[in-house]
Amino acid sequence: MENFRNFCIIAHIDHGKSTLADRLLEHTETISNRDMQAQALDDMDIERERGITIKSHAIQMDYTHTDGKDYTINLIDTPGHVDFSYEVSRSIAACEGALLIVDATQGIQAQTISNLYLAIEHDLEIIPVINKIDMDSAMIEEVKDQIIDLVGGKREEIVLASGKTGQGIDEIMEAIISRVPSPKGNVTEPLQALIFDSTFNAYRGVIAYFRIMNGKLNKGDQVRFMNTGNEYVADEVGILKMENVAKKSIGAGNVGYIITGIKESKEIKVGDTITLAKNPCVEAIQGFEDVKPMVFAGIFPIDNDDYEDLRDSLEKLQLNDASLVYEPETSIALGFGFRCGFLGMLHLEIIQERLWREFGMSIITTVPNVSYRAYLKKGDKELIINNPQDLPDIMLMDRVEEPYIVAQIISKPEYVGSIMSLCIEKRGEIKNQVYLTESRVELTFHLPLAEIVFDFYDRLKSISRGYASFDYEITDYRKSDLVKMDIKLNGDNVDAFSSLIHRDKAQAFGRRICKKLRELLPRQQFQIAIQAAIGAKVIARETISALRKDVTAKCYGGDITRKRKLLEKQKAGKKKMRQIGSVEVPQKAFLDVLKLD
Amino acid sequence: MVEAIIREIYLRKQQKRPVETIYFGGGTPSLLSQEELNQIFAALKDCFDIAPDAEVTLEANPDDLNPEKLAELKQTSVNRLSIGVQSFAEADLLYMNRAHNAGEAIACLQNAQAAGFNQLTADLIYGTPGMTDATWQSNLQRLFDLNIPHISCYALTVEPNTALAHFIKKEKAQPVDEAQAARQFELLVSAMSANGYEHYEISNFCKPGQYSRHNTAYWQSKSYLGIGPAAHAFDGKNRSWNIANNAQYMKSIQSGKIPSETEILSETDQFNEYVMTGLRTTWGCSLARIKSWGADVEQHFLRAIVPYLDNGQMVREGDVFRLSDSGKFLSDGIISDLFMV
Ligand SMILES: Nc1nc2c(ncn2[C@@H]2O[C@H](COP(=O)(O)OP(=O)(O)O)[C@@H](O)[C@H]2O)c(=O)[nH]1
Ligand SMILES: [Mg+2]
Repeated sequence: MENFRNFCIIAHIDHGKSTLADRLLEHTETISNRDMQAQALDDMDIERERGITIKSHAIQMDYTHTDGKDYTINLIDTPGHVDFSYEVSRSIAACEGALLIVDATQGIQAQTISNLYLAIEHDLEIIPVINKIDMDSAMIEEVKDQIIDLVGGKREEIVLASGKTGQGIDEIMEAIISRVPSPKGNVTEPLQALIFDSTFNAYRGVIAYFRIMNGKLNKGDQVRFMNTGNEYVADEVGILKMENVAKKSIGAGNVGYIITGIKESKEIKVGDTITLAKNPCVEAIQGFEDVKPMVFAGIFPIDNDDYEDLRDSLEKLQLNDASLVYEPETSIALGFGFRCGFLGMLHLEIIQERLWREFGMSIITTVPNVSYRAYLKKGDKELIINNPQDLPDIMLMDRVEEPYIVAQIISKPEYVGSIMSLCIEKRGEIKNQVYLTESRVELTFHLPLAEIVFDFYDRLKSISRGYASFDYEITDYRKSDLVKMDIKLNGDNVDAFSSLIHRDKAQAFGRRICKKLRELLPRQQFQIAIQAAIGAKVIARETISALRKDVTAKCYGGDITRKRKLLEKQKAGKKKMRQIGSVEVPQKAFLDVLKLD
Repeated sequence: MVEAIIREIYLRKQQKRPVETIYFGGGTPSLLSQEELNQIFAALKDCFDIAPDAEVTLEANPDDLNPEKLAELKQTSVNRLSIGVQSFAEADLLYMNRAHNAGEAIACLQNAQAAGFNQLTADLIYGTPGMTDATWQSNLQRLFDLNIPHISCYALTVEPNTALAHFIKKEKAQPVDEAQAARQFELLVSAMSANGYEHYEISNFCKPGQYSRHNTAYWQSKSYLGIGPAAHAFDGKNRSWNIANNAQYMKSIQSGKIPSETEILSETDQFNEYVMTGLRTTWGCSLARIKSWGADVEQHFLRAIVPYLDNGQMVREGDVFRLSDSGKFLSDGIISDLFMV
C-alpha cells in the first residue's frame, strides 16, 4: 500500500488542469500517443465542446519512479465551476493529496480558494503548481506570493510547470511520490469502501466508483451497501484505466469500480459505504452531505407523450449527478413534467443539454427561481417554496424569506467602482474590501441568491473585462418583499412564465418579459394583449396587433415548390405550438423568453 | 443565350408533344429581336405540336415597348403582351426603382393597342408606402378606361434578403403598412367587380373568360416545360428546374446536357400543392379530387376547414371549397393550416 498515491487537482477554470492531466497520462504511458486527444479525461462531448470539466474523472496510472520502485497512482480530475464544487468535495474524500494548479498569468481566483479550503479541511497534502510559465505575461513571483499567503510553505516547494511545453512534469511526479502520503488503511480489516461517483451503462446497469479505505473487495463477494442496507453480488470489480479493467480483487488504498447488476438508479447512493455481508465493518464512512439545490425550474417534454421517457432519463442522470433533484409537476400550459432543482444556472444548462444529447429528450424549461421559505400567520408554519405556484395567498402569509449569500469577488482596483454598482443594483451590501496585493482587491458582499441566478456572472465578467473571479456560499434566509408576477395572454395566465420576484424589481422584469414575448409570439388573426400582473394589478403591457395581411402575391410555375415548402415549415411549427386560451405560443417562446438581451 | 435556348429546345424534343401556351418571361425577354424570337419559334414548331390558337405571351416593361418594337413583335407569333406597369404615380415608381415614368406607361398601353395587341395584361402594385387610396383607385381607373382585359395586382411584399428589405431595416426606406395594404385590397376587389372583372386568382382579374391560359395551367397542376436558366417544369408528378447561373447553364447546354434538378412530389406534396394552388383560384378545391388521395386525407381536410367555414374565411358550394374575400388576404396562414405535414 505504500506504493499507492491518490490525488486530485484543484484549479480554476482554464488554468490548465485538463492539459496538465494529459501530460501526466502521457508521461506515465497510461495513454499511448496514438490514442491521445487533447483533454483525454473530458470524455463527455459537452465537456470537450465547452472546454470545461463537469464531471470528476478517475484514472489509474502505473509508474516506475526514478527511485526504481513501481507506483500505482490514481488521479481524480475535477470540475472548476462554482456550480460543481460538490464534485470536488467527493474527489477530495477519496484522496490524500491535491495539486493546486494556478495560472501564472491570472493568479489565484476566488473559486479556487474555497475548493482549496475544502482540501485543507480534509488534511490533503497540497502541492502548489504554477502553470503556463511559458507565457510572456507569466507573473511567477507574484503568484508565488499569493500561494504562500494562502497555504504557507516554502517558495522552492512550488512547482513551475507548463502543460504546453511539458516543463515541470518530472517535478510534479516527484512531488506526488515524495510528498503525497500513501493511504493509511489496513487490508486485513473488514471491507470499508466509499462510493464517490456512479454512472449508468445501458448494458451493465449501474457502475459505482469507490475508494477502498480498509479491507479488500473480490469478484463474487456478497457485498452490502450500508446506507441502503441492500445486498448484492459483486459481478465484476476492476480498476479505472482509460477503460475499465476487470480484476479479481482490489485492496485498501486503491480506487476502482463495481458492477452488481443494479438497474434501478435509486438503489445506489453516492457517499454510501460498501462492506461485506459476511464480515461487515463496524461503522460507515462519513459520507457526503446531501447537496442542496438552490435553483429550481420546471422541465417539460416538448411532446407530452414523452413524459415517461423524461422520468427515466432524469433518473439515470441523477445517478451520475447526485445533485440533481426532481419531482412531478403539472402545468396548465405545458402539461406533465418535473420540478427540478439545480446547483446553479450552469448546472441547469448542462442538465438541459445532457438530456438532449445523452437521452434525445426535447424539453422546455420554465423560468427558474431560487428556493424560498414562506411562513403562514397561523402557527408560524414554514413552507418551502420551489415553485411560484406554491406561494400561499398573501392574506394567509406572515412573511417570505429568501436565501442570501456571501460573495467573494477578486478583481483589479480599477473595476471596483463598477463591481460595487452592479452589486448594489442587485440588492447587495458591501461587507469588506481588502487589498490582497497592489493590483488585486477582494470584495465581500451580501447578496440575495436570486439576484445572481440570472445574468450576474456574465455582467461581472464584462464590466471587469474578464478580470474578476467570483465565489459564493449561502449564509442565511432573510425576510423579503417578494411578489408573484404572472404573465397573461389575452387575460389567460401562462403558469410556465410566472415568477417570484422582489417587488422593486417586478416592473422592470415584467416589462422585459412582455417585450421579449412581443418579439417571440407570432401575430394572429386577432390582437394579443401581453400583460405582466401582480395579483389583479397590471404592471406592464405590450400588444401584438392583429394580422391583416398574410398572402403570397405571386405564385406562378417557378414559385410553387419554394412556397409549398415555406408553408409546410410554417405548419410544422404551428403543430408544435401550445394553446393558451385562444393564443398559440411557439416552443421557442418558452425557451427564449429568458434570453433577455 | 438564344443559341443555348434553341439547343435546349432540341434537347427536350421527344415525340411532338402538344403545346397550348407559350410564355416569354423572367428578366427582359423584350430585349430579343424579331429575328431571335422567330428563330426560337421555328425551333419550337420543329419540336412540339403547337396548337393553332396557342396563347403566346411576352413580358415587357413599358420603356422597352416603343411603336417600332411593337410593330416588330406583331410580325412574330407573340399574340399577348404582359406589361409591367406597376403604377401610374411617379412616387411609387421611384420607390420601386423602375426605369419608366407614368407617361411612358400610358403611352405604351395605348401604342400596344394601336399596334393590334388586344390581348393585354398589365401589372399593378399596391400597398407601397405613402400610396393613398385615391392614387390606388386612379391607377385602377386608368386601366379600366383603357379597357385592358386582364390585370394582375400585387400587394407589395418585402422579401427577406432583398435590397428593399435592407433599406427598410436601415430606415432608408419606409416600411410597409399592412392595414393600408389590406384596405387597398378591399378597394381593389370592389372596384374590379364594379367594372365587370372576374377575380379568378388572388392577384389576377379579367374580363369574363379572358383568363391567362398559361398561368391557369400552373394553378390547375397541368404539365409544363421551362426552357432557359432557372426555368421550372412540371409533368404532374415531378418538378424540375434548370440551374439559375447563366454561364453555367450555357456551358452545360453546349456539352449537350440540360442542367436541371428534379424533385419527385410525394402524395402529400401533391395534395399540399393542390390545396395551395387550388384555393388561390376561383375554381377552389373539389372534394372529389381530394378523395383521390385517400380517406384519411379527406378526413384531415374536412376537419381542418371547420374553423374557417365557421369564421367565414372559406365557403363551401356543393363539392367545392373556396376562400371568401375575407379569407383571401390571409390565405397563406389558412393554406398552411390545411396542409398535411
Ligand atoms: N501557453 C499555455 N497554454 C496552456 C497551458 N496549459 C493549458 N493551456 C491552454 O489554456 C487553456 C485551458 O486549458 P485547460 O487544460 O482546458 O484548462 P482547464 O479548464 O483547467 O481544464 C487551453 O486553451 C490550453 O491550451 C500552458 O502551460 N501554457
Ligand atoms: Mg478542463
